[in-house]
This record gives sequence, structure tokens and C-alpha cells, in this order.
Amino acid sequence: MTEKDQAQSDQTPAESTAEVRAADVSLDTAGGMLEPSIVPVSSQSGDSGHQQGSVMRRIVMGNGFVSVLAVIVALFLGGLLIASTDSQVAKTAGYLFARPTDFLSALWAAMTESYGALFQGSVFSPREGFKPILETMTVATPLICAGLGVALAFRAGLFNIGAQGQIIISATLAAYVGFAWHLPFGLHLLVVLIMGVLGGAVWGAIVGILKARTGAHEVIVTIMLNYVALFLLDFLLNTAAFRRPGDNSPISPRLDESATYPVLIPGSRLHLGFLVAVALTYGVWWLLNRSTIGFEFRAVGANPIAARTAGVRVSRATILVMAMAGALAAFGGVAQVAGTEKVLTGGVAAQIGFDSITVALLGRSTPWGTFFAGLLFGAFRAGAVQMQIQTGTPIDIVLVVQSLIVLFIAAPPLIRSIFRLEPKKKTKTPKAAPKAALANATGGAK
Amino acid sequence: MSATTTAPRAGATALPAFRPSMKVPISLGVLALIALVFFGFLGPDKTAEMKISDSGDAVVVPALMIPGQVGGVVLGILLLAMAAYSIYLWTRGERSPKWLPIAFAVVFVFALLVWIVAGARQPSISLAGLVAGSVTLAVPLVFGSLSGVLCERVGVVNIAIEGQLLGGAFTAALVATITGSPYIGLIAAAAAGAAVSMVLAVFSIKYLVNQIIVGVVLNVLVSGLTGFLFGTLMVPNKEQFNTPGRLDILPIPLLSDIPIIGPILFEQSIAGYLMYVAVAVVWFGLFKTRWGLRVRAVGEHPQAADTLGINVNATRFWNVTLGGAIAGIGGAVFTLVTIDSFTKDISGGRGFIALAALIFGRWNPIGAFLASLLFGFAYNLQSILGIIGTPVPSQFMAMLPYLVTIFAVAGLVGKSRPPAASGIPYVKG
Repeated sequence: MTEKDQAQSDQTPAESTAEVRAADVSLDTAGGMLEPSIVPVSSQSGDSGHQQGSVMRRIVMGNGFVSVLAVIVALFLGGLLIASTDSQVAKTAGYLFARPTDFLSALWAAMTESYGALFQGSVFSPREGFKPILETMTVATPLICAGLGVALAFRAGLFNIGAQGQIIISATLAAYVGFAWHLPFGLHLLVVLIMGVLGGAVWGAIVGILKARTGAHEVIVTIMLNYVALFLLDFLLNTAAFRRPGDNSPISPRLDESATYPVLIPGSRLHLGFLVAVALTYGVWWLLNRSTIGFEFRAVGANPIAARTAGVRVSRATILVMAMAGALAAFGGVAQVAGTEKVLTGGVAAQIGFDSITVALLGRSTPWGTFFAGLLFGAFRAGAVQMQIQTGTPIDIVLVVQSLIVLFIAAPPLIRSIFRLEPKKKTKTPKAAPKAALANATGGAK
Repeated sequence: MSATTTAPRAGATALPAFRPSMKVPISLGVLALIALVFFGFLGPDKTAEMKISDSGDAVVVPALMIPGQVGGVVLGILLLAMAAYSIYLWTRGERSPKWLPIAFAVVFVFALLVWIVAGARQPSISLAGLVAGSVTLAVPLVFGSLSGVLCERVGVVNIAIEGQLLGGAFTAALVATITGSPYIGLIAAAAAGAAVSMVLAVFSIKYLVNQIIVGVVLNVLVSGLTGFLFGTLMVPNKEQFNTPGRLDILPIPLLSDIPIIGPILFEQSIAGYLMYVAVAVVWFGLFKTRWGLRVRAVGEHPQAADTLGINVNATRFWNVTLGGAIAGIGGAVFTLVTIDSFTKDISGGRGFIALAALIFGRWNPIGAFLASLLFGFAYNLQSILGIIGTPVPSQFMAMLPYLVTIFAVAGLVGKSRPPAASGIPYVKG
């Protein structure tokens, strides 16, 4: 966005929403990149091509930099939270004014100890070398897949809160095929994959169909379907078909060897699913940026009314994008049962579906952004286990840090004001733009 | 609607007949047939015993003995009659009155209950206990859905009800333990709920962040914060931080001795009475006062409201905060009434049921209240099903609120329409 464009959009605040929207679309498509509508337009990445100013300022004002700052601030606040419950910190706080250095060093020690353990559990530890990073990649696999699903829906202007349900359904189907059918090597994994992905796609498509046909808000429908899926899994695990013979606990038999992803590096849990996730990331990038369907998705996301006028079948795109989002999340579900866990339990989806929303937001709904955000949150998840063992810091701190990161990223003006990066001329946040973007988020079919 | 729009063009001679939606008559008819066939003709032949009063009560009412199959048929025919009435009204071009679907729902639920109980291993159930348990379980849902009503009516989508409930529950337990008074805990819970709501308000109103994103993230944040503090503070020092005690049950003399409804309505903690007050006050406030008119104007058409001199964003901010305070009180019910300590994620997705209740109740406080009662009933039935041993898996009962909500938003059971400006931030200019 050039300064001139910015100024213009500020000068004409009285324009009707539709006009503003149209202006936004033209702004956004100017660089040939249609941006997702969910995250406020001003905070989107990938439009650095038409940003003016010095290189330094572009880096400082750029969205990647804001993301990094958001992560740092969130980690710092999380560290403060850890320190606030630390006994040594509390003790030194008693004589804070007498010897402030004691307090500060205790504070520093509490933070670095926990984060040190986190780092050792996720990237590198002196004892195990780089083995923890393999665990990070394993944990990140379903997060990346499901995050891609959420991101893809975001780009089409749809909130897919339903990754959790889509993962559960796909994991259930995949696991059933995995332990109940006995097929030859190779074919079995393929069938498991197809069944799982099909399940997730159908679960996602239900949302798309309801949205397109009746205007039911996808946020509500996906939230409700998450719970339906959860109880369905709970029910199934209590039936004879899904339980281990002679065992009453709600846990399925182990999947056949032929139904699981092969392990990539012996001695770790890293499985083929990670490479699938990489391929999917590339696939989604290609779909969004190089294919007609992807262009239609982005057009619908940017402005459903304009897209309809331009001849895009909005309802078809809605159904298709939700089915694809469900299918992507389903790859995460398959990775869980066929790769990481190898059994089906009630907690097979853990928090992955909800984490994936934050992953997509941190990745700004771009495929590769989501990939790296998934890796980061995978590292948090993997490291948090080690952190809890070593320092007793509850895993929940990860949730706090994750949500803070997303809050800061979602509100770029906030992080900029913390670091006084706000430009003097208030042209950086065209006020009408988020408004239009948000109007899109609720969709035209309402 | 079609009548009003086409009448001027068509002229006075041929007014097109007004045809209301067929959805209500059709769905009632289908449900009535299902009830007649499954609960009636295919129903269990055992007799369901529904105990109305305990043996210790002042007035003992004999238990209802309903033979499963006969009862099912009779109730099924009653349902069919109601559906027929709805269809008759439709042929005359009239809308079904509002009480009809509610009465239908009550009879349908009763038929379902007879079917379930008569088919159980132990075909006996305490009706009073069932209803009382449902109301108890519904209390947090009612507070949560009222919070949602207040927020959505003013144009802010509140996905963070879950977080507000959880924040309220945690703070109530913590403060009540430290101060030794559950009542102070209750007030602190309201403050905590309001604080969560303020974050939602600031981010969505000041920073124009998408409200759904903020809501989702806030749920995660509160879950993480309370989980972290629970792990570091409450688990090691339970005595010091997590023994809040309970709110006293305050029976109202005389009234609480009425059989059945007495214990349900007049034998509650202060939070239970607050619930009735809150429903009444929010309903009256929203629909009968100037404040309510303004709130609804802001939620439906903020530009128009602004033109008339209403400060849209301030109205939104304070309404959202108020909603959070109400949800916070609902959260306190978990730790001060239901059980007397906090555990991790104690709200267990109840905030989302509250969201469902508010949608099913069509963004109306009384509708949300009734929907919460229905969902509380489903929740309670789910646990009772396990005890009396029915062939119906309890998980399907648990699914019911969510499925019903999907049907509701899809417009299969009447049309739920959110306030027009809900979810859209307002930028003056």
C-alpha cells in the first residue's frame, strides 16, 4: 500500500461499506496478491512489494518483525507469570528495595530455568543432542495439517473452528480401518489415509453445505460439531467394535503395522506424516496462489459480493473450501493415529484443533507461515513436557504464551505502541479496512 | 413479509395470500410421527414409575405410573394433534402461536422420558429430583447465555463465555478461600468475568480485532492462566487457596414447602435467586427501558444509533463488561454451589452450551433461560440414564443440545436471526 492510497482511504471514511470494501479489494489485489480477509488488512503479510519508505523502516514496520516482537513479548509475559509463582522470587521481593539486584537475578533465574528446559525439550539438549527437535517435528505434524485447514478456510473468509471435530472423525475412521481391516502392506496405509481424509472432508463439508444453503453461521456449526464428534467418539470407544477384546477401558486395539506411517529416523517418533505435512503445505500454497479454485477462494474471502458479480459461484466455493479444510485437518487426525499414537483414545485430538487456530493466526493464514508457526507451537508443546518434568512449571503456560502471541499479532497497533513503532502520521492503520474485512468474515450468505 | 412488499404493486384487487413458512408445521409433524411410531407403537411394554414427591415431604403426591406403550401412543397422538393444529393454521395463512412449539417440546420431552424410563432396567425415576437437578445444572448456563445475549444484542459476538465462566469459577474459589467468605468470592467472580470481558471489549472495539478471534483466544488464555495458577498455587496449598466453602442454601419459609416446585424454586443459594432476578431484569431492561432500546439500536444499526447521539462504542464496551460480570457469577456457581473447590477446566465446555442456548433462545433473555433449562435437563438426564441403565447411550443425550442448535441455526426449527450488526466493529465516520 502506498502512502497515497492510505491517505485516500483515510480521506473517504464516509463512503458506504461496499465502496470501502471495493477499495480494499483493489488495494489488496494491487500487488497481485489477494490477502485473507480475517486478519485486519493492515496486518497482513506478503504485501511488502508496495510498501514505501527506507529499508530499515520497512523491516521495523513489517509484519514479520511485529510477529517476532509479539512472540518475544508473549514469552516475556509468560516468564513473568512463571517467576511470579517462584518461591525464590517471592522471597527476594520481600526486600526488593533493599537489594533489588537479588530480586532481578531471582526473576531472571526463574525465567531462564523454565525456558531453558523448554529449549532442551524441543530443540537441543546436551544429553540427547538434536534428538528433541525430531520430537518437535512429530508434535508439529498434526498442528501443521490442521493449521493449514484453518488457514485455507480463513482465506475464503470462513472461520473453521471445527478442526477439532474434523480431526476426531478422521482419526476414528482411520483407526477403525487400521485395526479392523487387514490389508497388504502399502495398500493398507493408503486405505487408512483415504478413509480418514474422507471422514474429515465430509465433516467439514456439512458446515459448508449448511452455510451455503441456509446461511447458518459456520462458527456456531463448527463448535457444535466439535462436541458431536467428541461424544460420538466417546460412544464408539464404549462399543465392542472399537474396544480391545477382553478389555473394558475405552481404548482401541493397536493399529496394524501395515496401517501406520513408517518411522523416518530410527530411535525417534518422527514419521512419514511430517513429509506429508510438508507436501500439503506446498500443495496449499500452489492451490491458493497458482490455481483457479484458489483464486476463487481468495476472491470470496476478500469480498463475496464482488466475487459473485465476477462470476464466482460463492456457495460452491464455500462448500468446497470447507471440505478441503476438513480434509487437511483430517491429515492431522491420521498423523495422530497412524503416526504418533498408533491407538485411538478419547483424547486422540488433545488440543490440536484449538491450537491449530492459533497456528493459522500466527502464520497469518499463509501456507508457509502456518508451517513455521506449527513448528514453533510444536516446539512449545514438546518442550513443555520436559519443562514440567525438570522445573515443575505446568504445561498450561504454553497456552498462555500461545494466546498472548495471537492477541498481540491480531492487534498490531498494540504491539507497535508498546515499542513506540507507531509512525507519526497515523496512516498505518486505515480504519475502514478492518471494518470491511470483518464484514467479510461474517460472510455474504448471512 | 411478502404481503407487505407486494401489496402496493399488486394493487388493491388481488392481494396474494400470506403464506408463512412451512418449516414449523412440517418439523412438528415429522417429530410427532417419530414419537408415535418409536415411543408409542415400538415402545417398551414396561410401566414407567415417576415419583413426584419424596416420602419425607409434607404433602405426599402418589407416583405417576405410565405404561410405556400406551403412554407413548397417547402422547404421540397429542403431539400429532398439535402438529395438525399448526398445519391447520398454516392452511389458513396464519403463523403458529409462540406457545405451540414450546408446549410441543415439553410434551415431546415427556414422551421421550417415558420411553427411556420404561425401557430401563429399573423403570423408576424421581421426577422432582430430575427437574431440580436440571435447574441446578442450568444455573451457570443461564448466566452464561445472558452474558451472550447482552453482548450480541449490542453487536459484539461473545465466544468467550467459556473463558468468563472459567475465570469466574477460579476467582471465586481463590478469593472465597483467602477471605473466608463465599459472598466476597461471588463478587470477585463477577469482577473476574468483567475483566475477561473488558479484554474482549478493548481488543474488539479499540483495536478492531475480529471478535471471534479474540473470543477463541481468550478462552485459551483463561484456560491456560487458571490451569497454570491451579497447578502452581492450588495443588500444593489446597488448604490455603482452594477450600472456598459453599454458598448457604436459603430456603424461603412456607414457599419452599410446596411439593415439587417448592424445592426447585425456593430452596436455592443466593446465586440461584440471582439467576431469576437476572433473567427478569435483563428482559425488562432490554425490551422495556430506554437503555434497552439504545442497546438494541446499537446492535441492529449502529450508524443510525450514532446519528441519534448514542455513543456506540461506549455502549458496547459497558454492555460487554456487564455481560462478563454476569457470566462470572455463573462461573462462581461451579466452585461455590455445585462443588466446593476448583479443578482444571471446571467449566468443561459449558460456555459453548450457553452459546448454543442463547442461539436456540433466539437472542432473547427468556428464550435463553428456557433453552438453558432444556439443555440442563439433557445434561441431567445424561447422568441419570447411566444410573437407571437404559438402552439409549448417554452420549447421544449429551449430543442433543449441540445437534438441536445446529438445526436451529440452519433454520430447520424456526428461524434464528442474530442482531444485524453482531460481529461487526463500528468505526465512526
